[in-house]
Amino acid sequence: MTNTPTDIKVTDCVIEMRNVSTRFGNNIVHTDINLTVNRAEIFAIIGGSGSGKSTLLREMILLQKPSAGTIKILGVNLQDINEDDALALCKRWGVMFQNGGLFGALTVQENVGLPLREHSSLSETEIDEIAVAKLALTGLKPEANQQYPSELSGGMMKRAALARAIALEPELLFLDEPTAGLDPVSAAGVDELVLQLRDQFGLTIVMITHDLDLLWQVADRVAVLADGKVQAVDSMLNLSNSENPAVKMFFDGPRARFAQEQNAYKNNTQNAPSNPISM
Amino acid sequence: MTAISKPSKLAASLPTPNLFKRVGKSTVDQIKQLLEALSFIGETAHALVKSMMQPQRIRWRPILFNIRTAGFDAMPIVGLLSFLLGIVVAYQGAGQLRQYGANIFVADLVGLSMLREFAPLMTAIIIAGRSGSAYAAQIGTMAVTEEIDAMRTLGISPQELLVLPKVIALFIAMPLLTVFADALGVFGGMLMAQQQLDVGFVEFLDRFVKAVSPTAFLIGVGKAPIFALIIAMVGCFQGFRTRGGADSVGRQTTRSVVQSIFLVIVADALFSVAFSMLDL
Repeated sequence: MTNTPTDIKVTDCVIEMRNVSTRFGNNIVHTDINLTVNRAEIFAIIGGSGSGKSTLLREMILLQKPSAGTIKILGVNLQDINEDDALALCKRWGVMFQNGGLFGALTVQENVGLPLREHSSLSETEIDEIAVAKLALTGLKPEANQQYPSELSGGMMKRAALARAIALEPELLFLDEPTAGLDPVSAAGVDELVLQLRDQFGLTIVMITHDLDLLWQVADRVAVLADGKVQAVDSMLNLSNSENPAVKMFFDGPRARFAQEQNAYKNNTQNAPSNPISM
Repeated sequence: MTAISKPSKLAASLPTPNLFKRVGKSTVDQIKQLLEALSFIGETAHALVKSMMQPQRIRWRPILFNIRTAGFDAMPIVGLLSFLLGIVVAYQGAGQLRQYGANIFVADLVGLSMLREFAPLMTAIIIAGRSGSAYAAQIGTMAVTEEIDAMRTLGISPQELLVLPKVIALFIAMPLLTVFADALGVFGGMLMAQQQLDVGFVEFLDRFVKAVSPTAFLIGVGKAPIFALIIAMVGCFQGFRTRGGADSVGRQTTRSVVQSIFLVIVADALFSVAFSMLDL
């Protein structure tokens, strides 16, 4: 059932989930999930509401324990992980929550500086410099640095949250609905940002999203979650030709078709004129 | 006939509040909550021991901040209410004492009741309503806005950053507030004694030092840190139990106040039993 490529070396696996099952009382969320995420890959998880995408993400970032199965992140087995290893792991990943998860009591710049303040011995001025640089990288206007999260718009909040997630220069980045609640222009900005992070810093990115544009533009591989199982893991193009009804569901709506057509159109127009220039 | 049977069918299909079912469900819920509370106490104790081993990890700034907000800023309200309570106790006692010509014993009445019982209990109840609720609301809001989750993924222990400073701060602030409440309560009683019973300040204080042993004072102040632990732990615990949305924050806040006042009074009763067994 798994579409895991077998030719990938073990060291290139950033995330490895084996037979992960989750139950809450009588409610079965997942059964026997197997997933592998490779280094420097943009991996997306999609699925209908209640399909357990968020639960899966929470299990990857140590906020929840699966009922059965093993999860290995960056080569570390999460089961029975001790406190020191967990802390070491926390420094190697960044997480951006759906609502940002920024600390309301701190300014944006302090929020971004917090992981550095906690986990490094850098001086205050260095921390501030790094925080400003990270915020600039995510495209947040410098005026917003001294504002509190409650004063920010949704798009600015996501950018600030992303800046905090990459403050410690992680190897692995988790994004929960990075474009949800954003206007189309900001959402397009996030597309570019995600690609830029992967291309410049070689980050591995795991994201949960419903945004078909984001999926078409940036995702290398997409896992479709339905009925507590991984229905398929493949590129968007291959998934769109899938015969599996649970997968087809995502590609059959009018919105899905529109996004697909638009993507095809974009690729054609981009490739034609840009090739001579880049040559 | 169908018209009559329809509503009864509808009523039968509604979930009927079965007494046994409800009792059973709430019993299971309470046991679950108790287990959660135990693990919360354990986690906090673990964080405390870890902080003690590495004193540079103790977060002094939030501790001082909490001492100010929960302790210093509460002084006016705690002082005023104890002062009024002192007045009430002396006034109620005055009528009885006058009948027997035992006016001077108003110092015994006010001194013992304020120092042993009223001042610590009053302070605890005010702080439970004032700071315990604030703790629950703060942590609950952070849970709803994913700030607690974010903290964990950043490798910062919420126990260490949010719970310990509050517990330590209240542990320090509550006994101090209780002493303050003692002083204001006795002062209130003293004013009333002068007004109603013609017992001057000098006579009152003269009798006060004879009647009230240091033990009575220490018993009162000694309860305060225990009450502080109850209030801070209940407030934080209920905050962490917040699930879902904003309405849950309100529910948990209410629950924290009710529960901490309840536990404070239970603890006070247990103290009374223990002290009477020890003949204190």
